[in-house]
Amino acid sequence: MTDLSVMPPKKAIGPIQWMKRNLFSTWYNVVLTLVVAYLIVTSVGPLISWFFVDANFMGSDPKDCSGAGACWVFISQRLDFFIYGFYPGEQQWRVDLMFLLLAVAFVPQFIERFPGRKWLGLFGVVGLPVAGYILIPGGPFGLSEVESTKWGGLMLTLILAYIGIIASLPIGILLALGRRSEMPIIRGLCVVFIEVWRAVPLITVLFMASVMLPLFLPEGLNFEKLARALIGITLWQSAYMAEVIRGGLQAIPRGQYEAASALGLGYWRKMGLVVLPQALKLVIPGIVNTFISLFKDTTLVLIIGLLDILGTVQSTVTDPSWQNVAVEGYVFVAFCFWVFCFGISRYSQSLERKLDTGHKS
Amino acid sequence: MRKAKSIALGVALALGATVASGVMAATTLENVMEKGRLQCGVTTGLPGFSQPDEKGNWTGIDVDTCRAMAAAIFGDPKAVDFTPLTAKERFTALQSGEIDVLSRNTTWTLTRDVSLGLNFAGVNYYDGQGFLVSKDIGVNDAAELDGATVCIQAGTTTELNLADYFRAKSMEFKPIVFDTSEQTVQGFAAGRCDVLTSDRSQLAALRSKLADPSSAKILPNTISKEPLGPVVRQGDDQWFNIVKWVLSVQINAEELGVTSSNADDMLKSDNPSIQRLLGTDGDMGAKLGLPADFGYKVVSLVGNYGEIYDRNVGPDTPLGLDRGINALWNDGGILYAPPVR
Repeated sequence: MTDLSVMPPKKAIGPIQWMKRNLFSTWYNVVLTLVVAYLIVTSVGPLISWFFVDANFMGSDPKDCSGAGACWVFISQRLDFFIYGFYPGEQQWRVDLMFLLLAVAFVPQFIERFPGRKWLGLFGVVGLPVAGYILIPGGPFGLSEVESTKWGGLMLTLILAYIGIIASLPIGILLALGRRSEMPIIRGLCVVFIEVWRAVPLITVLFMASVMLPLFLPEGLNFEKLARALIGITLWQSAYMAEVIRGGLQAIPRGQYEAASALGLGYWRKMGLVVLPQALKLVIPGIVNTFISLFKDTTLVLIIGLLDILGTVQSTVTDPSWQNVAVEGYVFVAFCFWVFCFGISRYSQSLERKLDTGHKS
Repeated sequence: MRKAKSIALGVALALGATVASGVMAATTLENVMEKGRLQCGVTTGLPGFSQPDEKGNWTGIDVDTCRAMAAAIFGDPKAVDFTPLTAKERFTALQSGEIDVLSRNTTWTLTRDVSLGLNFAGVNYYDGQGFLVSKDIGVNDAAELDGATVCIQAGTTTELNLADYFRAKSMEFKPIVFDTSEQTVQGFAAGRCDVLTSDRSQLAALRSKLADPSSAKILPNTISKEPLGPVVRQGDDQWFNIVKWVLSVQINAEELGVTSSNADDMLKSDNPSIQRLLGTDGDMGAKLGLPADFGYKVVSLVGNYGEIYDRNVGPDTPLGLDRGINALWNDGGILYAPPVR
């Protein structure tokens, strides 16, 4: 027979009991609960009806929007433009293929036991830029050329963010190592580079790249605007990255450096095999933070007339044949950014868990 | 992994270093002919002047100005690539040779014409600044706007014109500045200001974005002159002439009654002016360095000025603009193109 006196108290209580205890325990809790409930009902209700109930999803022209709720018809009609920009329709399969490769390379990274996951990741870092360099601009293999002025929309946002991220990490590592170097010239150069680039706003960098740089170049030598913007973004981002990584390098105890030297490792093997793997692991949150902020900062290319996803939306919401569709457009952009930034963030968390070797406590 | 990263770095740098190929030829026309495309600078989206449609094709008056040039040079109005430019970078893009012609809703002023190393090749739309007021405040003339709060877009000549106008009339106003035209109209709709000011060509489009467009009206006053037209680099007179005369051909075509639909019949016309315009007589094209039938190509493939106007901003479009001063000189307007002869 069970002795009731030693049983733990019942954990589960009914919903009414729970509410009584948590929501209506005192008179001011009652007031707070009622006020919050009122706010939720009055604000969430209209939001839901604007987003879904009264919204228009089906149709093909402005008349299909009743005006009572969101006009998603506008988004669905312009979706191709928001994703591909001015990329010619019959060539859009090339961009689709890149989206597919991007998904193939990175979606499995979320699945712990996916076979060949590492190889896919390596492909994502090495193969993907090569594939993109061939597929998107065209040229080789009989692919017709598509000038960078025709790139736009989500595709351009991803290109800017991806190249910025992939290129800034190695440059940032080199700069961070250089800043901690014992060779004064290298150290000096790295310090100057980092401090100069980090001290200017990205908007200034882009503006210089777009407006000032062409005036200094000799006539006839004309970098594409996108290339100028990419170089600017990459250099600016690597200065930030360098400081994040330097933070990691400083967190590694001196003993690790000395132990690696004692094993007879040279500088590069000491750094590559002992110090960097630990340092990078420590600063994953910082690195990812910089990635995410770069992803969002790419929208600044708007000011130099590159139509990324925000630019394509902004250039069309003023179309007078539609009613006021600005809110729908911005909600769509916000959703796209959220999907990608949330994805990056989730990936970094799984990476942290995987690399956790229990040194943290 | 380190090797992998260095390869990725190399690829990124290689992509970054892609240089627009081709050394500049002697003249802009030769350069354009060699590329086989015209590079045209436009806005990043302004209704009626240059805005991408559902399929990402550019449409508008400024766009058609460039298409007419491509039709004149290549006989193909699609042989144009458009570069969207912000107001700040438009002149640099032209000066540095990134674009061949700037057709971007640009007001012709003395400073711009003289000090930037650029030439304005003509006017494709006569605009002016106007006011949109809420009907509730009962104002019928801009002179009654003393003490008004005015919604305005930042960083444009509109802001300066407004200050000039109120100072000249010794009236007070309170500006409320917004970043984009769409935010400006939102501010107006939310009642943050009594008046919204912008180029008249945009006021109707902005009004259509209000929940109840009939609650606001456009005042009759025009407080500034905004002749908008295509711009080219100084120092290449042949190219300047081409832009100028392609525009004149469109206006002359309307005056002579030549349209895209009757251009083929007009080839048989006995009227010597039409014959010179369409290239069946004389060597007008050769004088410009263009094909003899460039006028015929412009009119048949893109249209005369009236057709372009009606298609993009005319009464049947959402902008709904009457011809006003943009009508021909013999029809109550000020469009007066020099004759093709």
